[in-house]
Amino acid sequence: MGMTDSIPALQATRLYAAYHQHPVLEDITLTLPQGQWTAIIGPNGAGKSSLLNLVIGSLSPLRGELRILGDSPAAQRRAGNIAYMAQHENMEWDFPISVRETVLTGRYGLMREDPLWQRLLPRHWANPSHRQAAEAALEAVDMADHATRPIGELSGGQKKRVMLARALAQKAKILLLDEPLAGVDPPSEALILATLERERSNGHTVIMVTHDMPSARRHADNVLLINRTLIGMGSPGEMLSDTMLARLAVGTPDARHGGVRVAA
Amino acid sequence: MLPLEALATGVIDALIALLMMAVSLLPEPLAAPFEYRFMQRALLTSVLVGAICGLLSCYVVLKRWSLLGDAISHAVLPGVAIAYLLGWPFFIGAFITGALTSLGIGALERHTRIKADAAMGLMFTAAFALGIVIISKIATSTHLMHILFGNVLGVQTTALILTLVASLVAVLAIWLAYRPLLLYTFDPQQAQALGFNTSLIHYGLILLLTLTIVASLETVGIILVVAMLITPGATAHLLTDRFPTMLAISVSVGVISAVVGLVLSVSLDVASGGAIVLVASSLFLIALLAAPKHGLVARHWRRWRLNRV
Repeated sequence: MGMTDSIPALQATRLYAAYHQHPVLEDITLTLPQGQWTAIIGPNGAGKSSLLNLVIGSLSPLRGELRILGDSPAAQRRAGNIAYMAQHENMEWDFPISVRETVLTGRYGLMREDPLWQRLLPRHWANPSHRQAAEAALEAVDMADHATRPIGELSGGQKKRVMLARALAQKAKILLLDEPLAGVDPPSEALILATLERERSNGHTVIMVTHDMPSARRHADNVLLINRTLIGMGSPGEMLSDTMLARLAVGTPDARHGGVRVAA
Repeated sequence: MLPLEALATGVIDALIALLMMAVSLLPEPLAAPFEYRFMQRALLTSVLVGAICGLLSCYVVLKRWSLLGDAISHAVLPGVAIAYLLGWPFFIGAFITGALTSLGIGALERHTRIKADAAMGLMFTAAFALGIVIISKIATSTHLMHILFGNVLGVQTTALILTLVASLVAVLAIWLAYRPLLLYTFDPQQAQALGFNTSLIHYGLILLLTLTIVASLETVGIILVVAMLITPGATAHLLTDRFPTMLAISVSVGVISAVVGLVLSVSLDVASGGAIVLVASSLFLIALLAAPKHGLVARHWRRWRLNRV
């Protein structure tokens, strides 16, 4: 463990956020260390996705501070350290793009580092490392055979796997996933969870919004209960108890976790 | 200013010479009208307008910006009228009111509870109405009629230079920002997460759209320019599942429509804008019926075969 590992992956201090004057997150203070798998759990509309939106910059905090790897989220986005997999509910799946190019879009941020002449050429002549990362990511989610198909032809589970591959291809330090298991067939679910296990064992930080309690219980290091405000944070065993889940449903914070919450 | 104008005229002459080499391959009755200088300039303008409209059309269709294209094209009318009153070149006024209206639409949409389509309808009808009121005060001008309905045969040198510059800007911008534009069009949230400046891309694309519309005014006119911003892209979307191929097909549809429409408008003595758009619509109809994968015939054939098994 080097010095850099002691910097938290995500640190929120008295964070507030709102959509159109309607509060979605209130007084969130928490610290997530690097290299761990955190599951964010809460009812619909509880602000789980909003927390991820604050990190990717599609929502700005009303008050409070959010640091990613000790830095501003915007700087860490530009540095390519944040990979994000959305729910993709409103995606236009008939977009004319192949599975391979979709995964390559995960490298578009890193392509800014390439010399200008490479960026102006078709990708066949561009830096081969992007292509290699995309192929490896497609292999990892077992979608290499579908590389040339249009993205719209795939099943729901296959699309999720391709979107996960896009996040993997970025080789980012932090993986943010918004309900990666929603609407996914059992084989795809097993494959996604195994892939995330491998990412964590390689030192990546996994932050996953989910409704799936069994997978959170089995895989997560920390569970974060959110219902507009932070209800509790701790090990899966502690947080997924009946008492805590009842508190989550009502929305009363755990008294023992008052003040600053730090992951186990 | 003078050396720049001389350079532009030189480029125009060179491009016309290139086009005439292609024309000389055509059979005599088709090539004959292009002996006139005004036909040569009309041909060059049509090719350029067809190409940039085809290019932008892909983004318009995939981003569902058809109504926005319609809005901007109507919003340039007051700019044209004001520029006419002040004796400015029409495209300066057109660009200013077009850009202001698209910014106004964005502001209404973001800061009030008005929805996007209502915001567009509100802003562009207001701008168009202002244009009509101003024009009704000016003595009837054939020039303004040409802005409304297009008259490619009467293209002035300044308008041709503008079209040329607009084409260069559009091609360069799309080439340099190809990946950010593609990602923003496909998945804006991902573009945001990867640290791209999505507002810059958004407004850059809108300004590019405005520039294309202004550059196309004299060829197809305000009312019909939106057709050239939808039909080529929609036709290409039916024919391919690859974005670069879609760009190529869309540009081809735009150029073919503009050139064939021009020839038809001369030989049948009908309005150029209408002829160009009708050719584009015919190409769309053919693609709609006969596209190999997404065409109606192919779809029904697949369904029929599935039902038989």
